[in-house]
Amino acid sequence: MEKLAGQKVLESLKERFQAFETSLNGHSNSAAHQVRKAAFENLQTKGLPHAKHEEYKFFNLTKALEKNFNFPQSSSPAKVNADTVQQFGIEGLEAHKLVFINGVLSAELSDNIAIEGVSIEALQDAFNKENVALFNTEAQFEEDAFVAMNTAFAQNGIQITVADKAIVEKPIMLQFIGASAEESFDYQVRNLINIGKLAEVTIIEKFDTLEGASSFTNIVNEISVAEGAQAKYYKIENDAANTYHIANTHVSQQQNSHFTANTIALDGAMVRNNLNIKLQAENCEAHMNGLYVLGDKTHVDNHTVVDHMMPNAYSNELYKGIMDDKSKGVFNGKIFVRQDAQKTNAFQSNKNILLTNDATVNTKPQLEIWADDVKCSHGCTTGQLDRDALFYLQARGIQKDKARAILLHAFASDVIENFEIEAIQQYVEAIITERLAK
Amino acid sequence: MSNDDQILEEFTSKEYEFGWTVDLEADEAPKGLNEDIIHFISAKKEEPQWLLEWRLKAFRAWQKMEEPTWPNVDYPPVDYQDLIYYSAPKQKTKPKSLDEVDPELLATFEKLGISLTEQKRLTGVAVDAVIDSVSVATTFKETLGELGIIFCSFSEAVQEHPELIKKHLGSVVPITDNYFAALNSAVFSDGSFCYIPKGVRCPMELSTYFRINAANTGQFERTLIVAEEGSYVSYLEGCTAPMRDENQLHAAVVEIKAAADSEVKYSTVQNWYPGDKNGKGGIYNFVTKRGICEGDRSKISWTQVETGSAVTWKYPSCILKGDYSQGEFYSVAVTNNYQQADTGTKMIHIGKNTRSRIVSKGISAGKSQNSYRGQVKVMKRAENARNFSQCDSLLMGDKCGAHTFPYIDIENQSAQVEHEATTSKIGEDQIFYCQQRGIDEESAVALIVNGYAKEVLNKLPMEFAVEAQKLLALTLEGSVG
Repeated sequence: MEKLAGQKVLESLKERFQAFETSLNGHSNSAAHQVRKAAFENLQTKGLPHAKHEEYKFFNLTKALEKNFNFPQSSSPAKVNADTVQQFGIEGLEAHKLVFINGVLSAELSDNIAIEGVSIEALQDAFNKENVALFNTEAQFEEDAFVAMNTAFAQNGIQITVADKAIVEKPIMLQFIGASAEESFDYQVRNLINIGKLAEVTIIEKFDTLEGASSFTNIVNEISVAEGAQAKYYKIENDAANTYHIANTHVSQQQNSHFTANTIALDGAMVRNNLNIKLQAENCEAHMNGLYVLGDKTHVDNHTVVDHMMPNAYSNELYKGIMDDKSKGVFNGKIFVRQDAQKTNAFQSNKNILLTNDATVNTKPQLEIWADDVKCSHGCTTGQLDRDALFYLQARGIQKDKARAILLHAFASDVIENFEIEAIQQYVEAIITERLAK
Repeated sequence: MSNDDQILEEFTSKEYEFGWTVDLEADEAPKGLNEDIIHFISAKKEEPQWLLEWRLKAFRAWQKMEEPTWPNVDYPPVDYQDLIYYSAPKQKTKPKSLDEVDPELLATFEKLGISLTEQKRLTGVAVDAVIDSVSVATTFKETLGELGIIFCSFSEAVQEHPELIKKHLGSVVPITDNYFAALNSAVFSDGSFCYIPKGVRCPMELSTYFRINAANTGQFERTLIVAEEGSYVSYLEGCTAPMRDENQLHAAVVEIKAAADSEVKYSTVQNWYPGDKNGKGGIYNFVTKRGICEGDRSKISWTQVETGSAVTWKYPSCILKGDYSQGEFYSVAVTNNYQQADTGTKMIHIGKNTRSRIVSKGISAGKSQNSYRGQVKVMKRAENARNFSQCDSLLMGDKCGAHTFPYIDIENQSAQVEHEATTSKIGEDQIFYCQQRGIDEESAVALIVNGYAKEVLNKLPMEFAVEAQKLLALTLEGSVG
């Protein structure tokens, strides 16, 4: 048999899967576990993406995983106290907070949440009750090896169900902290978020890791946005330098719904965000904002797919990146407009600034259109700071460093302005300022 | 919309205008591909030993390669053993003047509207006419010879200028470059060779008319253009092919080398048989075209109008190696019925202060699929590289598709790269505006499409611009509703 990519990883996962099955006891016959089994077999036959895989062309995570991780059967999380949680928090943000240590919900560090119309449940409990309707509906494990891996080991995470017409005022924040005493560790998280008709909610995910061990995070979000609902989703990733992070967020939208995704990537070794939005009904609106501010050897890969399946929908995408040092930014935005999706408006823009000659950008804005009555456009630019603008500021007595900072802030502000929560705006601005001061 | 449907019907049922065959006795190789066939072709052309070995090397490399599957096109697999790899119109001796040329052959050109005699007398364009792989007539050779310009068929160049061929052949597109380039290198039958010496500005547009004629013949052209320091040449290539039910394979290779301060302009109008309205028949056009700007301040410009072929797979590229070198790509690709086109360009910036510009206009109608696939790569040492790309798609009808796959890879901070793409249909308000002013819908559409493609058509030399405009109007008449 031909050797699969990531064979070493697959071998160690085999043992782990057996141990996992044994630990399930009575629940190994559940429908959900049949899905896990199928996903595991799929992963074992297909292997991890190899270097020539088109979707993973610039992102050879398989190699990094083989090199750095041994995937033990279980890893014990280190102790994290409330101060650490505070330290990784966002100042001035008022939110219902749920804290996860290595993907496991920590009751003691999380807020006691009681919101009318919202049910929040640790995923493990939901699995035990066999009440996981959304599981494996939005994300298809056949399509991506990392989704398959996540599905096979799906156990930790959260299930949030927002009832019809429920309006959640304060955002719900999921704070993930990676911490382990061991040399390397990984965690797999699955979040199922079901948003009812005409409901309104904001979900914030934040990822941090304690310095030290090298970690691998594999997260899959399945989000269903029902008719007329308004959902906002933030993802703020600011891991330690030796963190490997892959996230698959799959969203489906029904009639008249609004969905906004704000994806912020700031640090880590390799970060991959797959954002996949399906506009399954008419009059949907989807917004995607992305910002990546990178230094060192950080490698961030943003892949987005917007699938316009029905008429009269609107999508707008704006991703901006600043690459310093030896960092690498990859953007691949796909817009599909199906034959039925007449009167679609879809826009996409990707702008990058390179600050050094060692930084690289690979972008591939992709349009695939099968309907004729549409307005679609994409644009992308890559360059350095506008020399004329820099000169203009210097001519007015502003020092070069400062002038550069002003221009970079201005560049990023297009995206930052779209974040509707002020505390998050300030948090991101502060990080950019800190980076520039280095 | 019934009126439009009627027009659409009228248009789509239009049969290929240039479709007919002339009975020429062909001197053919047996079907199939093996080393014997390559020996046969090489012997037929009385080639030197080194070229035979070069072909064999390419063939052996080809055998190990796999046909690419990544293009966004779909066609039944080609049986490479079922093709005839060599066919030459039978002639007793080489003609010295046009009078000796097979009159039937000349009539073929008359039908196409490119009478050699006419052209020779009136237009001052030197035509190297290629029918099924062998050049049969070359004009104005003497005029060009006085300037030291070599413009002849490839086989002639192999005989008369072996040192030039040996030096440049395969230096831009190596034999192992891709599946079709390897195939071409192994079995290429003929083509054109053009050499412009130092400091010479070629006084006329050079053009070659490629035609595919004998049934079941794959045509494997090889074009090599070498522009020495400070020279200039504008090269035109135009294609029409007769109607065939079986798919014909065309895998050409074009190589351009531009030395310091030289400029090469390469224009193509491609109107091969696209298959009938049910997608039956048509040409498979798998072409490798690449130019290298070797010297400083050199420039290569590709202009193409693609209206024909059932399946097109073609990416004219520029390697910008010299400092201050420039690459340009202007393209109009029209697909209708079941045509599929996956075309675009590659701009590889290696030298400092290099610039490139890409303007691609895709028009899809009927049930066709039209893709733009391009790459802009700025290497680490390419300081101050500049690129501007624009690729627009126009959709006519709701059963066609338009796709863009631009790859932008930047490794230098001083690069300034911009890419923009839009997809839309012809605006109702634009048509309304024209109609208000007494222009009927039909003409309004023609006007808008012509305006849409103008940016590219303007880059074509005069002779081609007229032909191209006619082609566009013909291909898209009334296909908008």
